[in-house]
Amino acid sequence: METKNLSRRDFMKLSSLAGAALTVGFYFPANAKEASVVTLDTAENLGIDLNAWISIDTSGKVTITNHRSEMGQGSFQSVPQIIAEELEVDLNQVNIVFAQGNNAKYGSQITGGSSTVRGTYKKLLNLSATAREMLVEAAAKKWNVSKAECYAENGHVIHKPSGKKFHYGELVAEASKLTPPTAVKLKDPKDYKILRKPMPRQDTPMKVNGTAMFGLDKKLPGMLYAVVERNPRFQGKVKSFDDTETKKVPGVKHVLAVKMSVFNTLREGVAVVADSTWAAMQGRKVLKVEWDDTGFDHVSTEQLYAKMNDDLKTKEGLSFKTKGNFAAAVEKADKKLDVVYETPYESHSCMEPVNCTAHYQDDKLEIWGPIQGPDWVQDLLSPLLDLPKEKIIVNMTFLGGGFGRKAFMDYPHEAAVISKVIKAPVQVVWTREDDTTQGPFRPGMVYQCAGGVKNGSISAFKAKLAGQDMDHQWPGAQKDSYLGSTTEGFLEPYFESIPHYSFSDVPLDVPIPVMWWRSVYASTNGFAFESFMDELAHEAGKDPLDFRRQHLGNERYQTLITKLEEVTGWKTRKKNEGYGVAITECFSSIVGEVVKVSKKADGKVKIDKVWAVMDCGWYVNPDIIRAQVEGSVIMALGAATVHATHFKDGKAVEQNFNTYKMPRIIDTPEIEVHVVDNDEKAGGVGEPGLPPFTPALTNAIFDLTGKRIRKLPFALEEV
Amino acid sequence: MASITLKINSKTYTLEADPKMPLLWAIRDLAGLTGTKYGCGIAQCGACTVHLAGSPVRSCSIPVSAVANKDITTIEGLSADNTHPVQQAWIQEQVPQCGYCQSGQIMAATALLRKTPSPTDKDIDAAMQGHICRCGTYPRIRKAIKTASQLMTQKASAK
Repeated sequence: METKNLSRRDFMKLSSLAGAALTVGFYFPANAKEASVVTLDTAENLGIDLNAWISIDTSGKVTITNHRSEMGQGSFQSVPQIIAEELEVDLNQVNIVFAQGNNAKYGSQITGGSSTVRGTYKKLLNLSATAREMLVEAAAKKWNVSKAECYAENGHVIHKPSGKKFHYGELVAEASKLTPPTAVKLKDPKDYKILRKPMPRQDTPMKVNGTAMFGLDKKLPGMLYAVVERNPRFQGKVKSFDDTETKKVPGVKHVLAVKMSVFNTLREGVAVVADSTWAAMQGRKVLKVEWDDTGFDHVSTEQLYAKMNDDLKTKEGLSFKTKGNFAAAVEKADKKLDVVYETPYESHSCMEPVNCTAHYQDDKLEIWGPIQGPDWVQDLLSPLLDLPKEKIIVNMTFLGGGFGRKAFMDYPHEAAVISKVIKAPVQVVWTREDDTTQGPFRPGMVYQCAGGVKNGSISAFKAKLAGQDMDHQWPGAQKDSYLGSTTEGFLEPYFESIPHYSFSDVPLDVPIPVMWWRSVYASTNGFAFESFMDELAHEAGKDPLDFRRQHLGNERYQTLITKLEEVTGWKTRKKNEGYGVAITECFSSIVGEVVKVSKKADGKVKIDKVWAVMDCGWYVNPDIIRAQVEGSVIMALGAATVHATHFKDGKAVEQNFNTYKMPRIIDTPEIEVHVVDNDEKAGGVGEPGLPPFTPALTNAIFDLTGKRIRKLPFALEEV
Repeated sequence: MASITLKINSKTYTLEADPKMPLLWAIRDLAGLTGTKYGCGIAQCGACTVHLAGSPVRSCSIPVSAVANKDITTIEGLSADNTHPVQQAWIQEQVPQCGYCQSGQIMAATALLRKTPSPTDKDIDAAMQGHICRCGTYPRIRKAIKTASQLMTQKASAK
């Protein structure tokens, strides 16, 4: 083999590793579309920085690098579960480490769009099977037998005719010298031993005894704590501040003005740095700041919704997708409908408030935090701090919830700036009030839905959205571009079966920061689209489930509808029970939900049960899917019936859980989740269960009471 | 600032603290036990729940001076090796998602089961409704409390 001249450092690295482990990972050759699988030795020889996915040491222990963050959705479990299946090892033999931010190595690391499994599973299966085949080949060589006589099972390679066995650890030296095979055979899903099984999550033990490390749990020698008084009006500036009283608080070390990047603008505030979180909070209480809000509208919720409603009536909107001639078709319909739905702004309110620990020293920055996109942090901070990306080390801790909020990088920026100024490691803690009021929020939306039915079918459908377009916030954004998520949540077969349709949006331009909130636009689109489908079914005089079956003429959807009908007892429902259905599609998964409601003795509506059928195609762990759907239903229940963010005088009104209320155990109905088995491509799991719940609930309430709910949130007590 | 003695998980800590500092921050920042979580600071979410002389309290809303020399138990004191029946039930029912609120949930459930070994759904609602879980693990919390109750009964009858 031709070797390059090695530097001394490389030589030491190589000699210490050669034969000590089999490490395989991807290598993305420049300009190549597909990644190649190479061993560490080859990578070292070629001078390639290997993306180390799987490493097996001489004791047989397997170490896997998890490139995505773990915020509750289960990637900590699902990535190793995929690898263990094709590698033929027990999940207990697998040790997981979080990757640091490095998208040149790992590809995109952003945990969003329910993409961890669906975006990488084929590569992971392939990589694991490759490592397994190399171990089998190594064993065959050692025994001097044909590879066809050998197979891998539970961390061993076995010679079938003789029953001889090698432990993987005994084979890594030999295997690491082999060239990885270019093509490997993957298992038939029916032969899976680990995949599709409800394996217990490996992060559970550390989450029940307090040892799981979240962002706020990071401690560094000499670390200080900071809280920041930020302008409550999002884009206002700091005019001046008086820290006389603050500096008298015992433990307070520094007071400084800070700016953090928020999309195309800077959010300004004053940081109080102390030797404990509490001391910093006390110092902040007596800090006096004068704000400069010049040029910033002091918007209110009433103004925003009046504007959106007005825009729907007066503006044409940006056309996203059309077919046929909606206007002409709706005129000829037997029955016509034209209604408006409203959804509120929402805070993410992760249980772990936003926080970040940073240490800037010697022109190097190291960050620890609950971060959804470690590579995004590097991309953002590199130009802002004038540091090369390799000098920015981003470490992911466990995330105490994410839901989209922790993909936004304002807080690492702020922590980095403070650490640089005070020349010490610092943990910036957002109080619950900061977390609830500063955004970014889920955008509030107003929908005009219009349409008609003719001969019992939808003959025309129009959806016009008004609200903020998240993409319009970035520097240099094209503000005349349509909202790319206008049809998110809508079921694909409707585009076939509806002869005339029109989708458009009227973007609202206000300086309130908005960001992905679990299932993003589908979380609100789903309510409008699926409520309207129910209204059209009612106009057509059809059963809501049959009406959907009639329009969704694709086997996958028909199977889901039949399953929903079977598990819910839809056809045999009683007179005094309200049943509602909704089906939405996002992140390549289709979810149907049915809600059953009835009246309590006092005449008020209660939710009796929720059924969900999830079709996410190829999947990893049915129990994680069930957990994600249960959680999605409860999160949707909160946004539908309990909480909303309002604005007054340019500021968010709700500040903490006493006013931004959360659903509680007592509000939780029974939830039954079914997972569809099929051979479709893997879809998302963390988000798609959320959008159908709310329309299923309001459709059920209509079924029971005849009352149509078109504005969220609403109080169940007041129906 | 004052010197305050805290007894956490049967260990004595002598800390220099502002007497008004909430117990939560003394446990986390001064004693360095990070299993107890900050969630809201106003006793609305339950993430900071610890046991004070065996009863569940919101550590974010009790000044450290009020609990000097009293027995405090945090999640770390329940058991480090997950042998406590409530921890075992939490693992069996696969309760945690993000896991952030679970220390508080477990401390509340443990206190409930100590007083009411076989709780009804109503007992569970009453004891647990002060605790927020944004991931929505409530159905599994309910199940796990019932499982823990069974495990404790089995353990008691095995003795």
